Parts: sequence; C-alpha cells; structure tokens
Amino acid sequence: MTPIEEPRRLRVATVSLAGCFGCHMSLLDIDERLFPLAERMVFDRSPFTDIKALGPCDVGLVEGGLCNSENVQVLRLFRARCKVLVAVGACAINGGLPAQRNALDIGQILVEVYRNRPGLAADSSMPSDPELPLPLAQVHALHEVVHVDHYLPGCPPSADAIYALLSALIEGRTPHADPAEIRFD
Amino acid sequence: MSHFLLDGTPVPFAAGDTLMAAAQRAGQSIAHLCWDARLGPSGACRLCTVRVDGRLAAACTTHAQAGQVVENRTAELDARRLRLTQMLFVEGNHFCPGCEKSGDCDLQATAYALGMADMHFELLAPQRPVDASHPDLWLDHNRCILCKLCVRASHEADGKNVFAIGGYGASTRLLVNAPSGRLGDSALQASDLAARICPVGAILPKRRGFAVPLGARRYDSAAPPEAPASASGDRDDAH
Ligand code: SF4
Ligand code: SF4
Repeated sequence: MTPIEEPRRLRVATVSLAGCFGCHMSLLDIDERLFPLAERMVFDRSPFTDIKALGPCDVGLVEGGLCNSENVQVLRLFRARCKVLVAVGACAINGGLPAQRNALDIGQILVEVYRNRPGLAADSSMPSDPELPLPLAQVHALHEVVHVDHYLPGCPPSADAIYALLSALIEGRTPHADPAEIRFD
Repeated sequence: MSHFLLDGTPVPFAAGDTLMAAAQRAGQSIAHLCWDARLGPSGACRLCTVRVDGRLAAACTTHAQAGQVVENRTAELDARRLRLTQMLFVEGNHFCPGCEKSGDCDLQATAYALGMADMHFELLAPQRPVDASHPDLWLDHNRCILCKLCVRASHEADGKNVFAIGGYGASTRLLVNAPSGRLGDSALQASDLAARICPVGAILPKRRGFAVPLGARRYDSAAPPEAPASASGDRDDAH
C-alpha cells in the first residue's frame, strides 16, 4: 500500500534582529487559524523552535532592523538559505523607532548607559567581551544590506496581514499587501 | 461654461482655474500634498502630476483649457506617485509608530492609498535638531516634506512671514524668521493658520498628542482617499 501523499509543507524560518518580538506576537495573534496553518507549514530556526542551525527554507520572516554585527551576519545567512525573504514590521522596513538612536553617537550612548547612569556600581564599565557583538554606528533597514522580496509594514503588522502573506505563500501565490490592510503604526 | 476631460469625465472650470482647483470643486480628487484651496499653488510635491494632452504636468499649476484631455488615475501615474511618496519617506525620519500625527497625516494616508509597503530607496536618516522653543508648538524638521504650506499660510493668510525655505539640494530646510532662528522667538501663534496647516507631523501643538483613540483618527474612520488604480502588488521588482 502506498501511503497517502501529504502536500509538501512550507518550511519557514523566523528571526528577531533589532526587534522587540512584537511582530512574532502578532504572528501568534493569528490564534486558532494557526492550527490549519501548522498542517501546511513547519518552522525551521525560529524563536518558536529549538533549532540552532538554519536549514534551506522556503520563507524567512525577519523582524527588527540591524543594530549590531551579529544582526548583519544572521540576516546574510537568512538571505542565503531562504528562497523568499520577508521584512516584517516597521523596524525591518526603515529601522523603526530604534533608529532614533541614529541622531546620537553610539559611543556616547554606551558611556551614558554603562558608566554614567545613576545607580550603577562604582566600578561599572563598558561591556567589552569579544563574545558580545559590536553595535553598528547606525541602525539600518534590511533592504540596505540584502535584497528583500516582500514587505509587511506595521508596528506590528496585523495578524490578518501576516496570515494573508503565509496563506499566499503556502498556496504558491505572490503575496499582495491589501491596501486596506496597510498600516505603518 | 467650458470643460476639460478628467479621466473621461467632463469637469467645468472658470477662467484662470488650475486643473486642480476645478477638479476639487467638482468633487474629483487628484492626489496632492502641497496644495490647499485657501492658498496659492506651489508645485513642490509633484504628486498631482497628470498627463495633459499626453504631456506630464502638475495639475496644481496648470491652467485649465477647454477640451484638454487629462489622465489622472492611470497605472503609470500612480507608479510615479508611489516612487515620489517613497522619496519623501526616505528623505526624512518617518517613524510613524511614535508620531503624534499618525492616522491624521496626509503623507501617510497617501502612502496607504498607493499601496506603499516598502521604502524602495536608501534611507537618508537626516539628523536635524527639534525646535521646542515655542510655548505652544514644536517643530521636527526630520518630518518636514518642504511642502511650503506653512510658508504660504504665514505669508498669505496670517501676514506674518514666519517661515521660509533655505539652503540648497538635499540640505534644503525650513527656516524660521527670527533673529535666533527659533520658533519661540518668532511671531507665530498656535491660532495662526501657519501653525495648523502642516499636513504631516512637522509642526505640532504641544501637550495634545495621542488624544484621539485608534480607530477614530481622521484616516482611520474614512477609507483611504482612493483605491490605487494599479495592481498594488509590485513591491521591489518594478525597476
Ligand atoms: S509625519 Fe506622517 S508619515 Fe511622517 S512619521 Fe508622522 S505619521 Fe508617519
Ligand atoms: S513644516 Fe509642515 S507645512 Fe511647513 S513646509 Fe514642512 S511639512 Fe510643509
């Protein structure tokens, strides 16, 4: 007997770079529609899974802009391994509110936070372990570093917008943002 | 009365009317950010670019003539409008999630109506200091789209000449007419038209932000100005 052939599942990786995890929460806001969706897709590396190494994927959903060297490395990895790369949320699209630090000198910010801030222990100093990724001088949007295939604006995008995108990709359609669903705030 | 054709619909006009003024009066809308019926035209934003007898022209500065054939909502013109809107976004720091004008902003509503999902261009990330010197108003130059509505309102309606545009090229910016260059030392008052006319979140009243609930803001309650004429799907692939 041949087993009944299941439709191939869409392999989806997700990551939060300089994000707040709010876009991931908005994905979870799909609520019970997550169950039928889960029958047609499977998560690769994602904060929802324990997978550490990113495999070849159909879709990479990236929330957050780029604020440090590790963000850039991970974004390039996602671009290399994901057929379709989606910039999810305001931060991924134009740096978002974290990019308001671009008005300030990053060295000054670190000094203010780790050395001058009231309430710090007397010997507090700037974290300098090589284990830690160095911050970039400015926060950047994803499309300034890699090619992005689709954009889901919003801070965060609505669950309906995320659901529509995933449904389209599962069904092999090109996702089209519905103008009535587009929000930047 | 004479008429011109706007996307095939006859629009009546009076002598001296621009295409924009006549269309607006007839209840037909042409996309715009720097035009206001109360003030003279400026031709700064280029959103109202239409085809007049086959040639591109700004509807806000082109005089209506009998029998003109004007194309407005075509896929080609809306694609141009999308790129112009993206240019305005990357030229400034438009972080709508933290902007008090969100939901009430003409630039944002225009972007929605054009189906804009991405920035397309590299971000310029200007870092111009905020002017909070005025007791009732504040000015964020990083959101100013140089539409000159405040300049014209101050000159034509308030008779104060509080604002001007200065500088060249990408460093062109709004100037405040005061010895210190600061809003607090100018003659501007919160009740002036110039203080209320900004279509974006550049000139804002102090202590009044986030007063309107989500869902009840100007562009939440109304549908976006017009649905895009083109398939809005093209995102990054329309080079
Ligand atoms: S001015 Fe308008 S487009 Fe700019 S940040 Fe504010 S709401 Fe967004
Ligand atoms: S401050 Fe506002 S009204 Fe004045 S030029 Fe800038 S965007 Fe236009």
